[in-house]
Amino acid sequence: MLPFLKYEFLQNAFLTGIMVGLLAPVLGVFIVVRRQALIADALSHITLAGIAANLLLGKWSSFFAAANPIYMGMAFSVGGAIFIEQLRKVYKHYEELAIPIIMSAGIGLSVIFISMADGFNTDLFNYLFGSIIAVKRSDVWTVFAILVVVLLFVFFMYKELFVLSFDEEQGKLSGIRSNWILVAFMAITALVIAASMKIVGILLVSALMTLPVAASIRIAKGFKQAIWLSVLFGEISVISGMFLSYYLDLASGGTIVLCLVVILCLSIFYKKFTGSRKVGHL
Amino acid sequence: MNNNIESIAIRVDDLSFHYGDKNVLQHVTMEIKKGSFLGLVGPNGSGKSTLIKCILGLQKPQEGNVYLFGEKVNKFNDWDKVGYVSQKANSFNTAFPATAFEVVSMGLFGKVGLFRFLKASDKNKVWEALRSVNMDQYAHQNIGELSGGQQQRIFIARALVSDPELLILDEPTVGVDTESSDSFYKMLKELHRENNMTLVLVTHDVGVMTNYVTDVACLNKQIHFHGNTKEFEESSSENMSAFYGHHVHVLHHDHGHE
Repeated sequence: MLPFLKYEFLQNAFLTGIMVGLLAPVLGVFIVVRRQALIADALSHITLAGIAANLLLGKWSSFFAAANPIYMGMAFSVGGAIFIEQLRKVYKHYEELAIPIIMSAGIGLSVIFISMADGFNTDLFNYLFGSIIAVKRSDVWTVFAILVVVLLFVFFMYKELFVLSFDEEQGKLSGIRSNWILVAFMAITALVIAASMKIVGILLVSALMTLPVAASIRIAKGFKQAIWLSVLFGEISVISGMFLSYYLDLASGGTIVLCLVVILCLSIFYKKFTGSRKVGHL
Repeated sequence: MNNNIESIAIRVDDLSFHYGDKNVLQHVTMEIKKGSFLGLVGPNGSGKSTLIKCILGLQKPQEGNVYLFGEKVNKFNDWDKVGYVSQKANSFNTAFPATAFEVVSMGLFGKVGLFRFLKASDKNKVWEALRSVNMDQYAHQNIGELSGGQQQRIFIARALVSDPELLILDEPTVGVDTESSDSFYKMLKELHRENNMTLVLVTHDVGVMTNYVTDVACLNKQIHFHGNTKEFEESSSENMSAFYGHHVHVLHHDHGHE
């Protein structure tokens, strides 16, 4: 076995990282083509509010002190996701307004909860920027459960998600009930964001959803290939980012994101030097 | 009227639609016969697209009803009988990473149903639809890499892949060069003749259209004229000037066919 993996906490981080490196880009493809790349940011900030709320409640209640804050984070994130879909209906002509509303509400709540809980501690710092030493075995199982749910959902709803991403009218004409599928998709996205934050951190989780996709749609032929390439880029970045993080003693979120940026630059150059045909604009 | 209900593809019954206090459609009543090729014309803002969306059940009118093949539109379930090429097909996200084949296969999703996958026979249908619009050699190109006219053919193929009995096209030639739009109209005419398909073509391109369609309807919030192409041409100059509010020459582009 790799020396890297002889400690349990590193095994936990590695397993979680591999799962997150698959999950975030798969959902990211649908999010990016629907032009909602910023939703991941909004949801990650509302997730932070959930985690801060759990830290605060933990001061008063031994139940919350013992609970893994990831669950409260997920509850806030899913709630925020459903709220975004509702806001998009209220502001039909300004759909993107839902994102800053949720994002600022999330930050506002987080700041208040954090200050009431007597400020920052290392735990919170780990959530913000990601840490490979903070992943527990229970986190691994939680992320595994999310992995199963998400893969089943995407596998069986692939057609519907594809049509709704490309053109919702056609979806309605095919008799697809778009509302519940989109709400379910947002809820699942919220779960994946909460699941990813231990590794990449709340501030950088949206990068793992969007940057692999930004790289893949430059070069992919077709939608399925865009998904496979996004996953490949996501996994390369997570694995190499975690190695770098461990050996250079850096925050894992930062190293993973920088690996993603390198891949993105390579794909842009690749397209520049090979693409002579007319290409779509990013 | 009841004795010929079998022969009516679309019936619009006293339909009115408004956004807020802005009237878009007022008391529109019309019947579109099976097997006809209707050109629906009208100036910008005349409510053409809204009427089409009401017919397809994508918009709900405040008053009136729409019947598709005799069934009220909100109860209608045979959506694979209906193909639709929207105006938006001209302005979709051209960077969307989907091949022409993937886009056309979307047209089968309603037929295939929830939790199911495309079978080999479905894939053959996609190839057939691509061949019918002469685009099979571009099947594995990304849709954004094709020209405007080629993209339009892909959207037609998507509408045709479920073998619809009714095909509705909303301004399909906007943004497509004249040569492509000519061959496009010829293709529609062939589809109409060979498959006995009912076609509704929304356009502001009055002149060219009359060479291809069997019936014409003029819409400007209300139906001002609905009849066959010959009647339309005989009455067109006075009709059109009243209709558009100024004098219009209907140009006849004769391309020497038939």
